[in-house]
Amino acid sequence: MTDPASHPSPGAPLLSLRGVNKSFGAVQVLRDVDLDVYLGQVTALVGDNGAGKSTLIKGVAGIHAFDGGEFLFEGHPVKVTGPKQANDLGIEVVYQDLALCDNLDVVHNMFLGREMKRGITLDETTMEQRARETLSGLSVRTLKSVRQTVASLSGGQRQTVAIARAVLWNSKLVILDEPTAALGVAQTEQVLALVRRLADKGLAVILISHNMNDVFQVADNIAALYLGQMAAQVKAADVSHGQVVELITAGRSGDLGIQKAVVTA
Amino acid sequence: MSTTTPEAPATVGDSRVNPVKAMLKSDRPYTVFAALIVLVVFFSVLSPVFFSAANFANIGRQTTLVTIMAVGMTFVIISAEIDLSVASILKLSGVCAALFMQNFGENWVLGAVVGLAVGTFIGLINGLLTTRLGIPSFLVTLGMLGVAKGLAFVITDTAPVLIDNTAFFKVFYEGTILGLPIPIIWTAAVLTIGGVLLHFTTFGRKVYATGGNAVAARYSGINTSRVKIYCFMLSGLLAGVASLIFAAQAHAARPDFADGLELDVIAAVILGGTSLFGGRGTIIGTFIGSLIIGVLNNGLVIIGVSSSWQIAVKGLIIILAVAFSARKR
Ligand SMILES: Nc1ncnc2c1ncn2[C@@H]1O[C@H](COP(=O)(O)OP(=O)(O)OP(=O)(O)O)[C@@H](O)[C@H]1O
Ligand SMILES: [Mg+2]
Repeated sequence: MTDPASHPSPGAPLLSLRGVNKSFGAVQVLRDVDLDVYLGQVTALVGDNGAGKSTLIKGVAGIHAFDGGEFLFEGHPVKVTGPKQANDLGIEVVYQDLALCDNLDVVHNMFLGREMKRGITLDETTMEQRARETLSGLSVRTLKSVRQTVASLSGGQRQTVAIARAVLWNSKLVILDEPTAALGVAQTEQVLALVRRLADKGLAVILISHNMNDVFQVADNIAALYLGQMAAQVKAADVSHGQVVELITAGRSGDLGIQKAVVTA
Repeated sequence: MSTTTPEAPATVGDSRVNPVKAMLKSDRPYTVFAALIVLVVFFSVLSPVFFSAANFANIGRQTTLVTIMAVGMTFVIISAEIDLSVASILKLSGVCAALFMQNFGENWVLGAVVGLAVGTFIGLINGLLTTRLGIPSFLVTLGMLGVAKGLAFVITDTAPVLIDNTAFFKVFYEGTILGLPIPIIWTAAVLTIGGVLLHFTTFGRKVYATGGNAVAARYSGINTSRVKIYCFMLSGLLAGVASLIFAAQAHAARPDFADGLELDVIAAVILGGTSLFGGRGTIIGTFIGSLIIGVLNNGLVIIGVSSSWQIAVKGLIIILAVAFSARKR
């Protein structure tokens, strides 16, 4: 996509949202949300059930475009109205429900919508090889075969495939929506380690999680959504568990968060 | 005797699968192929006439229409929709082609293009109504079944439209290539192109994704509505191809052609292992499914089963096939 020389100077956010809104019919799910995401950092996006976390990242992913506000990527305003445009910018998402096709095999899922071709037909050999490389690079959990259908995989293995699909594309921003929700202790550790590795490799990562231990283990930055509003975005090192929990449940914590008590649901 | 101990994990009892069970569980074509063989043996035992080269050539010719339309139906059903209007599309495409030939100096190329265009256009309408208005394709195409059939009767005044063009007959029915009857060539061409399209192209992959998990497909940037519209158009186009072959065989197109043929077409596809729930199916399976329908149609006649019973038997087979595939889920 863009060559490395054109990367924004360190410190400038890769992704900036300014005052984005989203309504479904009469229900306003996001109001005037700001968010900054940096290369080389894990930004945790937290908030109660229904706070609008998935809606926010689906806006970034082009699944349903924001109604208004600014969407800046690498400092430039962009219009993302479909998943393809998000992919072209280097944005990859692991959705909460994983969004895999059970009837297709691992390779097919990893390349879904972006299959490699030789002439007019599919280039299965190259796709399979690249899928293998990516999966072994993740070293999260071994699959028996990349040619088994996703229906036959365990929860953790499905998670692996969904993550592998997101990191296959030399992306700049990887978004993971509750990637550890369905996992056991050991697998959660593996996924968190992977999340950290992605950021250490220089990617920007957004991690959605309800688990404060996970958040504090890997996040550099914490953004707390409260009833569709951004309560605060803070450095993880500057806040305590308790403060983040307050931001999530009350939208404020001391002088952090939404000061004027508004928002009646 | 072979009491496998837990200490011998290399040959644990579970890993030795029953080959029959494995075949039933594995991709359906083997099972369906076995069923085909059983049917052939069954009819051969009951009637000496059945097992002959001449009769097999008959079956091949008689199965052409079903096979060609079943290829289009396979795409539609894998995309998790259904097309009940194929037989009516065949009627309307056929009579439109024949009327154009009659009125424009028996120009068979023009007739063929019109026939194919009419079929494709009706497929487009089916697709648009299904995806844009969100009406289930079951209802859209049931309505279209009536509309297209009615139109075919209206524009012909219910009379057959005769065709008088030897080139047309040659190209679609009477000719041979390398000694093979032309309908067989058409069938092989449609099967090959359909097979490549479904199994080896990005479009085919999109069809499977659309039928397997439409949300995941959309999240991957696949326009599932467009995929479904293309599937309906392909089904219409192939019904158009079938209409030309039928017209060339009969030297005419008639609005009462092919009544109820959609039953055979859908039966062939389901028998071939395509899931009515979408996301699963193969062209080779559909081919074998079509042969089963062909063998049944032919064999039941040869052993003297009445045509009324034939319809009932085929309906029963569809129910059994669907029950089997539902149980497998
Ligand atoms: N497609 C939609 N149509 C209508 N309302 C929606 C839609 N998607 C989300 N919502 C509503 O938007 C609100 C926020 O939902 P969202 O899924 O973003 O929450 P979340 O923060 O991800 O919650 P969770 O932690 O449970 O995943 C909810 O009230 C939900 O009902
Ligand atoms: Mg969510």
